[in-house]
Amino acid sequence: MKPGRTRRRVGVLPGFGPTLGITVFMVSVVVVIPLTGLFVRSAGLGFGGVWETVTTSRVLAAFRLSFGASLIAAAINAVVGFLVAWTLVRYEFPGKRIVDALVDLPFALPTAVSGIALTALFAPQGWVGRLLAPLGLPVAFTPLGVTVALIFIGLPFVVRTLQPALMDLDAEVEEAAAVLGAGRLQILGRVILPTVLPALLTGTTLAFARAVGEYGSVVFISGNMPHKTEIVPLLIVAKLEQYDYAGATAIGAVMLVLSFAILLAVNLLQGWTGRYREGN
Amino acid sequence: MAGAGARHRAAARPRPGVGETAPVRRLLIAATLLVLGCVLVLPLVSVFAEALRGGLGAYLASFRDPEALAAIRLTLLVAAIAVPVNIVFGLSAAWAIAKFSFPGKRLLITLIDLPYAVSPVVSGLVYIMIYGAHGVLGPWLAAHDLQVIFAVPGIVLATIFVTFPFVARELIPLMEEQGTEQEQAAMTLGASGWQTFRRVTLPNVRWALLYGVILCNARAMGEFGAVSVVSGHIRGKTATMPLQVEILYNEYNYVAAFAVASLLAMLALATLVAKAVVERRAGAASAQLATTGTATELQPREAP
Amino acid sequence: MSIEARHITKTFGAFRALDDVSLTVPTGRLMALLGPSGSGKTTLLRIIAGLEQADHGSGQVLFDDADVAVRPVRRRGVGFVFQHYALFRHLTVFDNVAFGLQVRPRKERPDKEEIRRRVGDLLRMVQLDTLADRYPGQLSGGQRQRVALARALAVEPQVLLLDEPFGALDAKVRKELRVWLRRLHDELHVTSVFVTHDQDEALEVADRVVVMNEGRIEQEGTPDEVFHHPATEFVMRFLGEVNQFHGRVDAGRVAFADVELDAGDHGRLAGPARVFVRPHEWDVSLAPPPQAAIRAVVKRVQSAGPVVRLELRTADGALLNAELPQETLEQLGLAAGSEVHVTPRRLRVFAADRLPPTAGD
Repeated sequence: MKPGRTRRRVGVLPGFGPTLGITVFMVSVVVVIPLTGLFVRSAGLGFGGVWETVTTSRVLAAFRLSFGASLIAAAINAVVGFLVAWTLVRYEFPGKRIVDALVDLPFALPTAVSGIALTALFAPQGWVGRLLAPLGLPVAFTPLGVTVALIFIGLPFVVRTLQPALMDLDAEVEEAAAVLGAGRLQILGRVILPTVLPALLTGTTLAFARAVGEYGSVVFISGNMPHKTEIVPLLIVAKLEQYDYAGATAIGAVMLVLSFAILLAVNLLQGWTGRYREGN
Repeated sequence: MAGAGARHRAAARPRPGVGETAPVRRLLIAATLLVLGCVLVLPLVSVFAEALRGGLGAYLASFRDPEALAAIRLTLLVAAIAVPVNIVFGLSAAWAIAKFSFPGKRLLITLIDLPYAVSPVVSGLVYIMIYGAHGVLGPWLAAHDLQVIFAVPGIVLATIFVTFPFVARELIPLMEEQGTEQEQAAMTLGASGWQTFRRVTLPNVRWALLYGVILCNARAMGEFGAVSVVSGHIRGKTATMPLQVEILYNEYNYVAAFAVASLLAMLALATLVAKAVVERRAGAASAQLATTGTATELQPREAP
Repeated sequence: MSIEARHITKTFGAFRALDDVSLTVPTGRLMALLGPSGSGKTTLLRIIAGLEQADHGSGQVLFDDADVAVRPVRRRGVGFVFQHYALFRHLTVFDNVAFGLQVRPRKERPDKEEIRRRVGDLLRMVQLDTLADRYPGQLSGGQRQRVALARALAVEPQVLLLDEPFGALDAKVRKELRVWLRRLHDELHVTSVFVTHDQDEALEVADRVVVMNEGRIEQEGTPDEVFHHPATEFVMRFLGEVNQFHGRVDAGRVAFADVELDAGDHGRLAGPARVFVRPHEWDVSLAPPPQAAIRAVVKRVQSAGPVVRLELRTADGALLNAELPQETLEQLGLAAGSEVHVTPRRLRVFAADRLPPTAGD
């Protein structure tokens, strides 16, 4: 064994070389090379080329819809997700385990299935659409429909990120606040919310990130009208179908950069979550 | 997302000094059930309702369509390739990352995580840009008469990409937490590297591995966006079940579309059940570990 | 403000944490609730605070003779220091201490300047004024403990309750804080109750000690009373090491381990008895003393430390522990194998008509 290798190894375990080899190979082939390829291709278009593509009014409208609807959906999910996580962590009720398992349904249900199911529900003659249509509230084939689909797929992110944070809340801390004279709402606002805020923000950001890139559950309910209900991922598919590879590449590269920015934000948030920990 | 073990925990004993009054509690529970009923249950129920709209006969007839059967076969094939690849990769990555320290480790973990952040459509797009007719490798592949895009290999590649983090991300935190002491103990007792892995490491992570495999499989069978971009939607040849749903739906063949969708919905339900079972097992296993482990809290605390 | 608990019973499922317990803490006293895990001491403290409720229909808690049942925890005006401090980790030391003042209804809330002044005073008192902007995660255990105390005192409670206040600290810090808590109490004279499982802590800090076991009070008294005059076998065993013998009391004399001695105060007992001798209450001699003595052989001498510990084996094979001053060891010239005679200077006898209680430690 070469001395250079033993230094970076913990103890005497074998298999570092082969497993790291497989890992690096797979990460390169599956992730790094393809993603780099996309950037290389878009670099070929030049900054001007990319700029020109993504600033056409159709693309801008799609970005506005994707980000706007995702933002609204994430905000709604923050509120609803907090309610659901709170109830699941704090209270006992019959069927709780089933309800808890069901929260993951949007993770488990293929997006195409969610998409056609939501469309069937919210179409003017669907179970819910029938109730909303007389109120002058069309959902299917409108931006509202896009938002509904994004709420559906984003909910588990908030709930699943919040649940462990709420469980970790020390019951003694709430008791301490009560002994000091704080009322229930004061405890919620001054003790519980600030403590779980990083988790809430992380979950909401994850829901937002997922929503921005979501395709399957949205394409059926959105109606896909350019300038009106066309989301960015759909626009990429449309460009590909028209063999506009340059356009698709340009939009894809911008999406990719935004995804990385969001991923970075999530990582920073998670660092923030740990800021009160001991030794920091 | 937290690991399988972390999520299963016993509810704390009620503290009468703090907490909501019974009416508030009931109100919040009712609100939660109402919201989840509307957001989750209703769409699920509607899948089966729509599928059975034409009666049981029409529903079952949907599965006699050779294209539907081809879609089912292709979906199973893709999962049968993507899942084992992810198991091998996940175990390798977790072993290298959790049991050893080396420079660039955080970067490697970030790269493994990346597919989570990438839109499925963009995932498909990047493979077209590499392997498509206009892609980097396109001319070379064409010269050798190999078709990746608009063929099964492309579907498999795109599926591996979107499921890439699932197994590794379940294993890495758990194996990091478990450290290397047990493996070192096995080595001092004369076990070979492979024996150590088989008899010590694998049993310790089996629930997390199974958990990752369940999630990976669900995504592999259900992926739509990425696969849709690379498949070319060739009926009976490159249409997986989710793509078949789309094809049928766009042809206004709703009963058949929802019939195929109902199979995928059943897969989702089976996934949820399997996941819940594994979480409970993993919770029980880690509780057992805590009582025999060294890190037990020895603080005196009053019962109960 | 005095505290009185009357006939408190508390069950958790099948477990009876408190069994008809009554207790009075006079105004300005510092009282220790001492007992092993599960003896009910923390539950009693939490019931006084209003964090738990006694079983339905049982008992009352009175502050200055007024029933506080109707006052929820946030209106009881108690200061409570939690075992693990329960500091708000998202708030600085300053904001932790200010919390109780800031959550008051607007009418009763002191203005910002007043809050700043009071928190500043408290932080100076607990010697943490330089750390006001730190977060709890950046403090040592002893510092957190003092923040917890300052926070509890900020609302000017009439009653201060402390749950294992030093339980989570290492031995050295624990000793320092004990002295400090005693001094603080002498300055403030707030009626205080603290829970502990450490007899040294209870005996050193408290004015009065309540020894609890299995949901009942075994004895209440000054530290001297409970240590020197244990009312029950449990108290005897819990407050220090013992040598135990089975014996008999007859006509004012107690017989055990081949000796018969004057039973002293315990002479009114009759029949089978258990006899206890603390290790430091043996007289050890080489020559047979005039009174009856137990013959034993020294098995082991452990002489590192302020006192020498001897492990002895009696003629009938029982093991005894004895503690001697270093000088006595040197005078007697004892070593492993020496034959000695031991006789108790003092012994305590309890009737053996019921099963022995389980030892606390």
